[in-house]
Amino acid sequence: MLDAAFFVRWMTAAAAVIDREADRLTELDSPIGDADHGRNMQRGFAAVVTMLETEPPATPGAVLTAAGRQLISSVGGASGPLYGTLLRRTGKTLGEAPQVSAAELRSALAAGVTAVGQLGGSAPGDKTMLDALTPGVAALADSFDAAAVASQEGALATVPMQARKGRASYLGERSIGHQDPGATSSALLFAALAEVAK
Amino acid sequence: MKMLINVAETVVTDALRGMAAAHPELVVDAENRVIVRRDAPVADKVALVSGGGSGHEPLHGGFVGPGMLDAACPGEVFTSPVPDQMVRAAAAVDSGHGVLFLVKNYTGDVLNFQMAAELAEDEGVQVASVLIDDDVAVTDSTFTAGRRGTGATLFVEKIAGAAAEEGMPLERVEALARQVVASSRSFGVALSACTTPAKGSPTFDLPSGELELGVGIHGEPGRERRAMMTSHEIADFAVDAILEDLDPRLPVLVLVNGMGATPLLELYGFNAEVRRVLDERGVAVARTLVGNYVTSLDMAGCSVTLCQVDGELLRLWDAPVETAGLRWGR
Repeated sequence: MLDAAFFVRWMTAAAAVIDREADRLTELDSPIGDADHGRNMQRGFAAVVTMLETEPPATPGAVLTAAGRQLISSVGGASGPLYGTLLRRTGKTLGEAPQVSAAELRSALAAGVTAVGQLGGSAPGDKTMLDALTPGVAALADSFDAAAVASQEGALATVPMQARKGRASYLGERSIGHQDPGATSSALLFAALAEVAK
Repeated sequence: MKMLINVAETVVTDALRGMAAAHPELVVDAENRVIVRRDAPVADKVALVSGGGSGHEPLHGGFVGPGMLDAACPGEVFTSPVPDQMVRAAAAVDSGHGVLFLVKNYTGDVLNFQMAAELAEDEGVQVASVLIDDDVAVTDSTFTAGRRGTGATLFVEKIAGAAAEEGMPLERVEALARQVVASSRSFGVALSACTTPAKGSPTFDLPSGELELGVGIHGEPGRERRAMMTSHEIADFAVDAILEDLDPRLPVLVLVNGMGATPLLELYGFNAEVRRVLDERGVAVARTLVGNYVTSLDMAGCSVTLCQVDGELLRLWDAPVETAGLRWGR
């Protein structure tokens, strides 16, 4: 079973890996976006860590809900509302239980991913974060490690896609051949999850 | 790349501190990133709030003041502000007659303003929102996030601002803003990429002999790259692209807008070409504005925006305005 401390460790690990990979995310965002994804995510997750250290929530659901609200308040751009919604909806779906199972986390994350698709009006294949989140959540049925691998493969699979949502969509066919930065940062969330589950 | 900054992390805050020092008629909250006209909330007046990424100055903070916006929320460079800023701005300027959010059509701006509208309404503020999407370079919205909001933002903020200043109710100000959006089209070209402080190098590589046609205002590449063209040829291309989608039976407002690094000498020369094309196509020009209003940091290039105006829109365009970036008639 996973308790609130596990979720705090997940968010902290996510902040660390995003911090390490911020320059790469920004590089990926440069040819098809506006070269700020790494810095924006770095700023948002740093704020999440500060919040969790200052006033750690008592339940898994509360950790993710508060983390999502913090991202909405500090990231900006499209990433703020989308990642904020992902974590908030996942947290709210987990409810107030002091501990949750891996299966409960998987179905809550599935609800979070659905909410992201609704907010962004997007679906897998649009070259967005959903292309990493959707296979990642599906593979959670096997293991945290499988989810990390599947989301990473999903991010790589965005390279040949043409973007239909977000700023990259304005490039039309010129968006083909670049890995989506949002899918890449989503894969990092699963990588952090696999890391803390070890 | 040399820049007149300290560090990338404080670029926006430093600019807001400088803006506060230069403009005592504004209340500039550098920490929370909200710019408000000092006399807000203005009694019996609908309040206008806009915002978006920084790097487009004077948009939007430079358009806060009598006759235009009541408040603006600057985000990080080229990044939408967060809902907290918009909620704070709405609360600061609402006189009880409602707040109109003017939102450019970018996914980040749309999502954050949407969340802000819900939060502000929870706090008892009546909110309406108008989406600005004037960029004809984005043709097929089935395969994109929809047309970008670019130069028409200036027309919407000025005309809706004048309507609000006259005491029109929220529904009427909103309807006029929608009319301006429906009557406006833009097209942009880039002669060079721009450099964000966070990245420190150009956002895309544009060889010296080429230009990008159909760019937006975030340093993103356009839809098509061609060998460099003359001002005459660019005006033909840009105005014709607009007129494919807008058939003005009435006179138009013309905005020839610099992207930040193109001198006025070139912009005025380009405006001469724009006027020539409009004359050739039989489009009457009511007013023309030439300058840097909706910029993209240090990008070279320009955009053209046309807005078809009836008598009322023209009257509201001519109404007095007193902001850091636009000022006449007072």
